[in-house]
Parts: sequence; structure tokens; C-alpha cells
Amino acid sequence: MVFPFRRGTRRALPHPTGSSWGDLLFQAGSGAAGFAILVLLALLAVVLAINALPSFRAFGFGFLGSTAWNPVRDEFGALPFIYGTLLTSAIALVLGVPVSLGIAIFVAELCPGSIRVPLTYLVELLAAVPSVVYGLWGLFVLVPLLTTYVSPALQGTLGFLPIFQGQIYDRNLFTAGVILAIMIIPTVSAVSRDALLAVPQHQREAALSLGATRWESIRIAVLSYARSGIFGAVMLGFGRAFGETMAVTMVIGNRNAISVSWFAPAQTLSSIIANSAREGAAGSLELGAIVELGLVLMLVAFLINVFARLMVWRFLGKREGGLE
Amino acid sequence: MKRTQENEPTLQPQRSRRGLWIVIGVIAVVVIIVVAGALTNWFGLGGPSPIQLNGAGSSFAFPLMSAWSTQYKALTGVQINYQATGSGAGINAVIAKNLDFGGTDAPLDATQHTQNPTLLTIPESLGAVTVAYNLPGLPAHINLTGPIVANIYLGVTTKWNDANITTINPGITFPSTSIFVQYRSDSSGTTFVFTDYLSKASAQFAAQVGKGKLVAWPVGSGAPQNQGVANAVKGQAGAIGYVELAYVVQNSMSYAKIKNAAGSYILPDLNSTAAAAASAAGSLPAGNGDWSQVSITNATGSSSYPIATFTYLLVYQELNIYPSGMTQAKAKALVDFLRWAVDNVAQTAAASLTYAPLPASVVTLDVTTIRTITFNGVALLP
Repeated sequence: MVFPFRRGTRRALPHPTGSSWGDLLFQAGSGAAGFAILVLLALLAVVLAINALPSFRAFGFGFLGSTAWNPVRDEFGALPFIYGTLLTSAIALVLGVPVSLGIAIFVAELCPGSIRVPLTYLVELLAAVPSVVYGLWGLFVLVPLLTTYVSPALQGTLGFLPIFQGQIYDRNLFTAGVILAIMIIPTVSAVSRDALLAVPQHQREAALSLGATRWESIRIAVLSYARSGIFGAVMLGFGRAFGETMAVTMVIGNRNAISVSWFAPAQTLSSIIANSAREGAAGSLELGAIVELGLVLMLVAFLINVFARLMVWRFLGKREGGLE
Repeated sequence: MKRTQENEPTLQPQRSRRGLWIVIGVIAVVVIIVVAGALTNWFGLGGPSPIQLNGAGSSFAFPLMSAWSTQYKALTGVQINYQATGSGAGINAVIAKNLDFGGTDAPLDATQHTQNPTLLTIPESLGAVTVAYNLPGLPAHINLTGPIVANIYLGVTTKWNDANITTINPGITFPSTSIFVQYRSDSSGTTFVFTDYLSKASAQFAAQVGKGKLVAWPVGSGAPQNQGVANAVKGQAGAIGYVELAYVVQNSMSYAKIKNAAGSYILPDLNSTAAAAASAAGSLPAGNGDWSQVSITNATGSSSYPIATFTYLLVYQELNIYPSGMTQAKAKALVDFLRWAVDNVAQTAAASLTYAPLPASVVTLDVTTIRTITFNGVALLP
């Protein structure tokens, strides 16, 4: 995931005249490392593209729009997985971002100094928990909780919406969205908090001296100043939700179909790859289709990054802060 | 990196220098260990290295292979490594010559057999796929038929108190709850056997879904591995799923009696599984033949359980074809192990793990096959 933060436009310093061997070596080394990134990315794309070729030949661009995924008949399409990926990530953002912002504002602006440090550590610790642990917890704690209480309650109150109708499977699309929301909270809140802390103190002082209340000063002077950084944090969370594999595979129910109901099992791009990666001999249409899903995943992630960058450039002026 | 007050500089050269030393230290230790290990090996300081045979594949056969591995190591000193990577992966790896032997529940398909005519198929054990369910308060074994299970997995039958189910279970009151269908989400020999049976039991299932290690299920939710499906069934009242016999026994789950070809409702166990194999044993191909059509599902015989399967080992007929690593001694060890595995002692040990012993005729067929295995054209078993 690329940070959509604005970077400084620092130029490389002019080459020193009496450069030593050490300098040259350092320059060559770091240059090679920088170049390696490009080579790695190119290799990855080329290898994926070559392996996906059988599938691309057979289905063309229809692959993206087809809902069929039938290994027995060699029919493959990516639409159910694109749908599952985008919808679970969207649920994660809607549920996770407000909570994350609340945590970030509390830690950065409101909480007493004595608990700020422990709270900060705690949030960062959560961000470091491996996703398989979230998956386990989701499977044994969250799934029964949602199936017994939350989902029936949602069906009872909002059951007139088609998305809350139908059989409530214990592992479903909604569960995956909720677990993703929990997983992105540490990342989004830690990065937004950094963005809030980067706001100069005089911004707050100025707002307060003009008679603003605490909330007004946070809203006017801090949040608006840091929105580029916060937006970056949200995109980072989206990136995590988007590519998350292990925890999602464990709680989404793995059905290769688009269901209107959120309580039906579904599948994301990464979970179908994790499920079927061991199937399919080299060169087969099935392996090609699985690899092509990987390409689609990369491509969509790339497009989201580009979009996020454009958003930042387009809507945020040069003057505002955020992270440098 | 430690975070302190907000305005303190976060870059601390001293700290990062210390981190660098730690990294260098760790790398040095790893290098020393690796070099020492390599030197010990080169100079033979570690003693003669024992023969190791590497296999992988069917996760169904994994508990059996681990038990056999321990037993065989104590007996002969030969180390057998077996990884439960799934049947599809086992076949692919042995075809790529990355394994000494492969394990699979689904036989090589016709194409794979034509492309690898010297890859021998050796039935090593037998298993049963059970139809497990979670209906609190109901008996541990209700009656079901192939067509009913097929309709449940097609989404045609959606309630437990469906008339088709209640009529064959007189005296049992079924709840009106929805049926929650569970299946394997990964590539699985268990799925192959189950769909093979349902395709025989229901023409609609054969046309709409078909048989395979991964199929397009019209309804339900998927979990990985046998244990995953077992957990999924246990986790939701009204759930139904297909799981290997050993797993339902270990998890004390309820599982159905299935109506067999002769019309009796049969509980899956060692005897009914062995009966299914015995009824098909007469018509098996030779070890180097095409096994793609072999199936012991829906077997004839009044006591045969209808969803039974062989689990196979795949071994090359001529073993001196590996690019590296295969020696005369290792080839001999592999053949000796195969001979031991299909023999009485190993088969009896398998029974205690709920793998049914091979019928005598299948053991005879296996021994004939194993005798054809050669190294540089010389047979390895007298």
C-alpha cells in the first residue's frame, strides 16, 4: 500500500567533489536497492501474466464480468470475488473508521497524559497481532456472538432491507466485514493519531484564543489541518481490509456466488486464491484462472492507490499539513 | 521504536546503532550454526544419515501415515516424512518428481495416467465419508438416502421436516429449522468421493454439479479440511456436512445411516467399508493400468456402506528417473515400506485408527504391483 501522504520535494544534494570509495559504494548500493523494487514488481507482474495466459485466452475480459466458477466444467469468472472483496472492505470502513477516529482524537487531544502512553502502546500492539489470531478469535468468539444476538436483531429491525433477509449462516459476508473493521481499527487509529499529533500547537492555541470550544478547536483547527493524513490512514485501512486473507477465509463461509443477503456465505479475491491455490496442475485453465484473480487483485489495489493519490492532490491545497 | 513525548525528536542514532549490532549478531549466530551443520554433514561427524522417504498428499491418509511412520522407524530406522497437502497437491508433486511417493484419495484422471504411464497406483487403505449433522435432541444416527442428500446439496430440500426425510425416519420428530449446508472449501479427495456418490444417486446432481475435488456448490458454506467442516457442523444447529469417519468419531458427532444399492440403511464403520471394497475388488485394473474409473461408491452387497473410497499411494515403476537423491538403497527402502504397509501388521494397526483393512484380493494385487518396481531395470523385491 502506498501512503498517499505528500512528500517533500527535496532534491538530491549536488555530488561532492572529493568523493571517497565509501561514498561511491554507498551510492551504488542504495541505487541497486532502489532499482531492485522496479525489477521485483516487473518480475511479479510478468510471472503472473504468463501463468494467467491460458485463462485470459479462454475468457478474455469476460472473466471480470462472469459469475461462473466451476472447476468441473472449466468455467471461471471473477465477479463474485470482486463483489465480495469490495463489499466486505466497505463494511469494514463504515464500521471501523468512525471508531478509529474517535480513538485517535481521544489519544491525541483529550486524554490525560498519564494514560496516553499506555493507550498508545496498546493500540500499536493490536496493530501487530497476526491476522490468523484475529481469524481464530473471530471464529470462536465473534461468529457465535453475531449469529446468536446481532444478526437476528438486525433481521428483526431492519429485515425489510433485502440485505438483511434470508437464512443466517454462521460464517457470512457480514461477519467478514465486522472482523475486518476490527482489524483495521489499530492501523487507522495509529496513523490518524500521528497525523493529529503533527498539527502544530499554535493551531489549537489560535482557535482557543478566538473563543472556540474544545470540540470547535478540534474540528476547525486540528481535523481540517490533518485531513490529508487522516485520509491516508483510511486508505491504509482500506488496503489492509482489501488484501486480508487469513482471517477472512476463516469467517466468510467460502461460497463462490453473489448473494443479496449479507448473512449468506461469500468469497473474496484473496480467500478464493487461498482456498484453491493447491488445486490445478501447471499450465491448466484452472491454475490460470486462479493466477488471473491475483492479477485482478493487484490491479484493483493499484487503481485504488492511484485514486487515493489523485484525491489528495486534487482536493487538498499545498499549504495544509498532515504527515511529511 | 519507543515513542515518548510528542515533540521529542524520534530519531535516536544511539538506539539505531544498537539495533544494527543486534541484527549483525543474529545473522552471525545463524551463519555459524548453518556452517557448523554443513561441516558436520560433510565430514560425517553426525554419523551415517538414516534413509528418508518423502511423501505428501491426501490429508485423509495423514493420521494413518504418521502412525505408520512412527512404527516403521522403530522397526527399521527408515524415516518416512508425510505432509498433508491435499490429494491434488500430492498428485502434482509426484508428477513433478518432487516426492518419492504421493498420496491421494482420487485416482489419477485419464489424462494424467496417459501422460505418466509408469506412475503406479497402489490402494493402501480404505475410508468412509460420513454425512454428519447437528440436530440437538435427535438420535445419533438418522436414515438418509443418496437422492435426499443430493437434493439437500442442490438446495431443493431446505427444511429438516421435509416429507422425504420424515417418511424414512418413522418415530422421529424433526424440527422445522432450515438446513445449513456445509462443504469443503479446499481441493479435497473427500469432496471427490462424496460428489462421485451423489452423481450416481441423482441425475440432476450429475448434470448440475458433477464430480470433482473442487465443485461449484449451488448452496451452503465452505470450510477448509475435514476438521474445518466438522467444526462448522458442530457450530450451527441444523447444519449438515460430509466428513471422514475418523473425524466424526473423534468429535463425537451424529452421522447418518445411508441407504445402499441393496436397499438397506447402513452405518459407516470398518466392516461396512471393507464390504464395499470387497464387492469391487474383483474388477480392479493392474497397478500400471487406468484407475480413473475405479470407484467403490454405491457398491453392491447388502452390507456395503455406499460412500466408501480407497486411498492410494502413487509410486514410479522405475525409480532411477529422479534428477537427484534416489539411490539403490533408498529405492529398496521405499519398496520394502510399501510391502510392509499393505501387509497384515500395518493393516491391523490401521483398523485402530478407523481405516478399514484392505480385502485379501486387493493386498494380492498390491504385492503384484510392488514386485514390478525396479531400479535400473532390476526388480527390488524378490
